[in-house]
Amino acid sequence: MSVSTDSRIPGGQSSLPPGGVASPSGLASTALAALAGVRDPELDTPITALGFVGSCVVSCDGRAVVRLRLPTFYCAPNFSYLMAADSYDAVMSVPGITAAEVILEDHFAADEINAGVAAQAGFVASFDGEAVSELDGLRAQFLRKAALAGTYQVCRPLVDAGVTPAELVALTLGAVPASPELDRLRQRRSDLGLPAGDAAPLLLDPATGERIAEASVPLHLRKARVTQASIDANTSICSGMFKARYPDGWTV
Amino acid sequence: MYEKDGEKYFIVDSHMHYWNAAPSNWVKGAEQYAKGWIECFHAYQGLGPADTHWPIDKFMAYTEDDLMKDVFEDGHVDIAVFQPTYLKEWYAEGFNTTERNAALGEKHPGMFIANTRFDPRDGDNGLDELRRNVERYGSRGVKLYTAEWNNGSRGYKLSDPASYRFLEKAQELGIKNVHVHKGPTIWPLDKDAFDVSDIDHCATDFPELNFIVEHVGLPRIEDFCFMATQEPNVYAGLSVVIGGLMHARPKFFAKVMGELLFWVGEDKMTFGSDYGIWEPKWQIEGFVDWQMPDDDELSDYAKLTVATKKKILGLNAAKLYGIEVPKEAQLPVDPAEPAKQDDAQLVSGS
Repeated sequence: MSVSTDSRIPGGQSSLPPGGVASPSGLASTALAALAGVRDPELDTPITALGFVGSCVVSCDGRAVVRLRLPTFYCAPNFSYLMAADSYDAVMSVPGITAAEVILEDHFAADEINAGVAAQAGFVASFDGEAVSELDGLRAQFLRKAALAGTYQVCRPLVDAGVTPAELVALTLGAVPASPELDRLRQRRSDLGLPAGDAAPLLLDPATGERIAEASVPLHLRKARVTQASIDANTSICSGMFKARYPDGWTV
Repeated sequence: MYEKDGEKYFIVDSHMHYWNAAPSNWVKGAEQYAKGWIECFHAYQGLGPADTHWPIDKFMAYTEDDLMKDVFEDGHVDIAVFQPTYLKEWYAEGFNTTERNAALGEKHPGMFIANTRFDPRDGDNGLDELRRNVERYGSRGVKLYTAEWNNGSRGYKLSDPASYRFLEKAQELGIKNVHVHKGPTIWPLDKDAFDVSDIDHCATDFPELNFIVEHVGLPRIEDFCFMATQEPNVYAGLSVVIGGLMHARPKFFAKVMGELLFWVGEDKMTFGSDYGIWEPKWQIEGFVDWQMPDDDELSDYAKLTVATKKKILGLNAAKLYGIEVPKEAQLPVDPAEPAKQDDAQLVSGS
C-alpha cells in the first residue's frame, strides 16, 4: 500500500493546497513542504509554486518518490540537475523518510540527471566529460542576481518615499521596515555568506560584499531594477511555456 | 507597409523562419530530440493570442502559401529576413537551411533577405560552405546558434579561436550582421550557457560587424543590457520579447521595453516576429497601438513616440541591411526627440 499527497499547487502561490493538507500521509505533506524550500535558481522561485513538482508520494515504509516536470524538453541541464539534487536533499532531510527517488520527466538529459541524483554522483560524474566542475559557482552566480534584484524590491518603496542616495548608503538592514522582501534579501545575502544581520548595510555589492558609494547608488539601483525585470520576464515565459506543455497543470 | 492613424510604417521582419519539422524529416535514432525541439517552439506559440495558435501538425510543416499569407498578405511585412537554423543532428535535411529559405526567396524577388550561418566546429569545410552560400545567395548576415549539437559537442562560445576564424572570414566575404541566439547547452555544462560575455569580446574585436542579440539575451536580459550600453555595435533583437510577452504578460513587457529603451536605446532595437512561432500581424498592430502605461510602477520609463516605433519596426533593420525605405515611410530630416534615456525619478532623491 502506498499513500500520497496531492501536490497540485496553483502557479504563483507557495501555500499548500487543501488537497495536500487533507492527505492521509503527514509524512508526504511534510516532504512537500520541504520541497517548497527548493528554488529554481534562475527564477528565484520555489519549484512547488512553479508547478514543477508533479507528484510526491511516500510509501508506508518511508520511501519517497518525487516527479519533476519543467517548462521545456531543453531546459538547461545544469539548473535542472540542481533542482533535482536539491529536491532529493530536501526530501531526505524529513525525519521518517528512509529513501528518496527523484524522477525528472520529459527532459533531454533525464537519464543522466536521474541516475546522477540517485547515485549522489555529482554533476561532473553525471555528465562525464561534459562538465569540469560542480555547480556551486553557478548557484552562487544566480544567488548574486537574486540578491541584487531583492535590493531593488526593498529599496523601491524607500526611494518612492523620498529616501535619498546619501540616506540609502547609511541605512542598515535593521533600520528598514520589516517586509517579506527584506526577509528574502537577508536570506539570499546569508546564503552568499554576506552580512545579513540588523547592523549590515542595506546596500552591498553582491559580488564583492563591499559597500556602495553614494555616487554609485543610481547605477546600482538601475542594475538591480533591470535584474528584477529580467527575472520577472523569464518567470513569465517559463510559466507560460509550462502551461502550454502541461495544460492540465500537473498530474498526481 | 502598415498604415495607422495617417502614419506609414515600413516593416522589416528581421528574424523569421521557414522550417520543416515534419516527422518525415526526423533523423532516425534522434526522434525524441527533433520532437522535443518543435514541441518546445510550439509551446512558445501558446504565449500569443489564442486565435493565432496552430495545431501541431501545421506548426511542424507550414507551407509556402501559409508563410506568404501570414507574413506579407495579412502580416504587413515589407521585407523579411530569413534566419537559418540547421540542427542536422536531429533533422535530416536540416530544420531551416539557407538553401530551403533561399529557394522560397528566389520565387518572390525583393521580398526576402536570405541570411546564412556557420558553425565554427565545421573547420575548413565550414569556411568553404560559408563562402559558397555568401556568393550564391548574396547573404549579408549570419545567424549563429551557439547551443547547436555537433558531432558530440554541445555548443560553442563566440570567443573561441575557431569562432574568430569564422568571423574574420565572414567579414572578409562582406557579412555585416551577426545574429546571435543562445541556447541551453554549451561546453562545459556547469557554466551558464546563456552568458553573453563572449559577444562582448567579439563586439569589441570586430567593430565593423553588427551583433544583433536575438531575444535580447533572454534569459539574461540584464547582462545583455550592461553589455549593449558599452558596445556601439550591439543591437537588441526583439524576437520573443514582443511575441512572448506583449500579449501574455503586458506588465512585464512594459518593464522590459522600458529597460531596453533606457540601456540600449531606440536606435538599436529591431523587430523580429520569429515566424512561424508567432504571426507578425498581431505583433505589429499591437505594438503600433502600444504605449508605456501610466502606472506608478512604470513611471521611470520613457513613453514611445511614433518615430520610436517606426525605427524599431523597420527603419533600424533597413539601415543594417542597406534596404531602401520609401520616402513616405522615412522619418523627417529633423526627427522628433528620441525617447529619453532618463529615469532620474528612481534615483534622483529629489
